[in-house]
Amino acid sequence: MRVFVGFDGSEEAAAALEEVLRRIRKTGDEVTVAVYSTDESPPTVEEAKATLEAFDASAEIERVDGDPGAQLVELAETGGYDRIVLPGGRTSPLGKIQFDAVTEFVLLNAHTSVTLIR
Amino acid sequence: MTRRYPDEPVDSFPRPPREITDREGRELSLSEAGTADVAELVSMYVEFDPGDRAQGIPPATESAIREWLEAVVTEDALNVVARHEGRPVGHVMLVPDRQGASELAIFVLQPYQGAGIGTELVRTALGLAKREGLERIWLTVERWNSPAVGLYEKIGFERTGDGSFELEMSLRLA
Repeated sequence: MRVFVGFDGSEEAAAALEEVLRRIRKTGDEVTVAVYSTDESPPTVEEAKATLEAFDASAEIERVDGDPGAQLVELAETGGYDRIVLPGGRTSPLGKIQFDAVTEFVLLNAHTSVTLIR
Repeated sequence: MTRRYPDEPVDSFPRPPREITDREGRELSLSEAGTADVAELVSMYVEFDPGDRAQGIPPATESAIREWLEAVVTEDALNVVARHEGRPVGHVMLVPDRQGASELAIFVLQPYQGAGIGTELVRTALGLAKREGLERIWLTVERWNSPAVGLYEKIGFERTGDGSFELEMSLRLA
């Protein structure tokens, strides 16, 4: 399987990427890390690289420019990926699960299967 | 994330403790609650209808409910509980965020819904919040939950954010 993993440098995204990297040790899936930035997070290619090195994993890193939600959907489809993986949202102070605008857009628009990691 | 708040404060909310009669004629007491009430609240949330969960809370199992309540019902949070015949049937909480505002959520057991208890619980919690000096309150609500959106608007919350799945609403107390 070819997996397209969204990464915006947030704590949740780092945890999701680590989970994927642990899994592919067993499955041998091919991973591309799609690095994007949001209003809250600057571009973080270096952080993605560091996580890959820490897991001794080799994966392609693709910089996503422009509107991240639209670009993630587009790149996953044109790239022929089987699955998009995103962090599963944050929790509010009182514990409600909340999606950011990128996650909402991908969930509503992707024809590719989407996995949210909790 | 910058959250918007209305310019004009809303005031004159009642403070706990209060006794109210709901639209079914049931008498309820609304009182401030805290860490000492967690065990009792766990028993209320165990009875909660899974279909009434909102954005993942309350959690489904008793141990997860206890863990969640111990994390949110802290000394920093404000809580008001509605009891009927001594038993908790509704709970509203105000949990501080990192920007000096507080997030509000309310839960009412299914047999007690639709009787005006939620509105009075929220208004009473806002009275408590005002007394404790809180100024800005926000909440999120699933956008298909129009009864809840209507309830919050009636109390004075304004829609301040619009996601695909949820609305954000906020209210200024001072």
